[in-house]
Amino acid sequence: MPAALPRIHERPMPAIRDNIVEVRGLSKFYGGFQALKEIDLDFPEGELISLLGPSGCGKTTLLKMIAGLLEPSAGQVFVKGKAVTGPGPERAFVFQDFALMPWATVLRNVAFGLELRGTPKAERHETARRYIAEVGLAGFEERYPHELSGGMRQRVGLARALAVNADVLLMDEPFSAVDEQTRRKFQEDLLHLRRVQRKTFIFVTHSIEEAVYVSDRIVLLSRRPGRVSRIIEPDIPRDGTPDEIRRDRRYLDTVEDIWDGLKQFVD
Amino acid sequence: MMLFGYRLPMMSSLLVWCLIWEIVGQLDLMFLIPPLSSVVVAMVELIQTKQFLAATAVTLRSFVTGMVLAIVAGVSLGVLMGRFRAADRLLGMWVNLFVSAPLSALVPILMILFGLGDATIVATVFLFAVWIIALDTQAGVKHISGSLVEMSRSFGASQRDVYLKILLWAALPEILAGIRLGMIRGVKGVVIGQLLVSVIGYGELFELYSRNFLMERFWALTILVFAFAILVSELVGAIEKRVEYYAGVRQ
Repeated sequence: MPAALPRIHERPMPAIRDNIVEVRGLSKFYGGFQALKEIDLDFPEGELISLLGPSGCGKTTLLKMIAGLLEPSAGQVFVKGKAVTGPGPERAFVFQDFALMPWATVLRNVAFGLELRGTPKAERHETARRYIAEVGLAGFEERYPHELSGGMRQRVGLARALAVNADVLLMDEPFSAVDEQTRRKFQEDLLHLRRVQRKTFIFVTHSIEEAVYVSDRIVLLSRRPGRVSRIIEPDIPRDGTPDEIRRDRRYLDTVEDIWDGLKQFVD
Repeated sequence: MMLFGYRLPMMSSLLVWCLIWEIVGQLDLMFLIPPLSSVVVAMVELIQTKQFLAATAVTLRSFVTGMVLAIVAGVSLGVLMGRFRAADRLLGMWVNLFVSAPLSALVPILMILFGLGDATIVATVFLFAVWIIALDTQAGVKHISGSLVEMSRSFGASQRDVYLKILLWAALPEILAGIRLGMIRGVKGVVIGQLLVSVIGYGELFELYSRNFLMERFWALTILVFAFAILVSELVGAIEKRVEYYAGVRQ
């Protein structure tokens, strides 16, 4: 359980980290429309990296290509040094609309990734129960998705992604379909998760505040076509309370700085 | 329903109609309409005859065989059309045509193809039921949110998994609706087929009773067939409701 683990306050030194995901010359066309143009990016292991940009900048497209759900028109994605040709067990996806099977219980939904891998029932249910408890849904194992609130559904989606024990968690605007209170709670949970799980998070969001609040690194994308316009490493103190952090000058300055850069894309 | 301040039990409107039937029958206006009471007596007699039991066995066998084939073929066809545009373009017009076409006209051709036996009846049931099942399945598969399929793929689902663990389940409410409508059409098919072939099962009995003006028996059999159709459709409807309870709640 998380409580038994020591809390790590210092950020790990980026210099000794390997890149777990590398994106090289990635482009994507939809017909004649270029959604992404020659993206080169490194994702260091163990970091939480946000892809931030105006709607239509191709951030979800980029994430889905890293997931292997979309094929790039040009360029390649490498995960742990191997070229991506499709989805793989080292990556797990958290969907914006949760993508829960409405006919299956929470337990089966969370265990679904393991079910597809052929893990025996008893074993996968045990694992699923552990992660259901970890995301705070203990007692809801036998419920169906429509009996849960939006926030709870996304916890199920998160537990499902955690249950397959992937190294990289790909999250596509996971908190955009939940209300603001739940969203803030989720951001705290994400930071906690980031401390206790040795995982890399790639996180798509359109919220500047959210990106600055949770990220080790923010990739700003411009649009038409989508390209990397800036990479920001927010220097935010992580040891304060959420309110202290949100009032911290460095936090506010970073948000303002990004907003200045993004203003030009508002039509 | 309330009447003069009294709460009427369910089905009381049915009782009213039964009463009207009985009165009209007792008045002896038409030999076609015997009193309901004598029809009920005839029904009790009828269901004890060997003839009826044999006809029921034959009819049920044809119906079940035809329906199983129609469900397997209809669902496969519907999934194919829902997943692949080419299949939809190629087959869609035919499915839509046959859904509304008066298929009874084709039964004589089936007789030539399959002979005057059970095979023709099975083929008729199949032909009557398969198209609506295909059409509803296609509608269900088409309206599945793409993210469920994407989700299963991202967790390593094979093509087989996508079909068996996602598509069929996600489309289940529509598939069941199609099966329910298909069953009603299947009952029509089995009766029409047997009537046209007229030497098998209920068709033979219907022919026998109407030719010999055994109206009590005729109506008794008719009521039984109607009741069967309603029962079958209600049964699927009940399953449908249970499924819709969670599968119908789509995000």
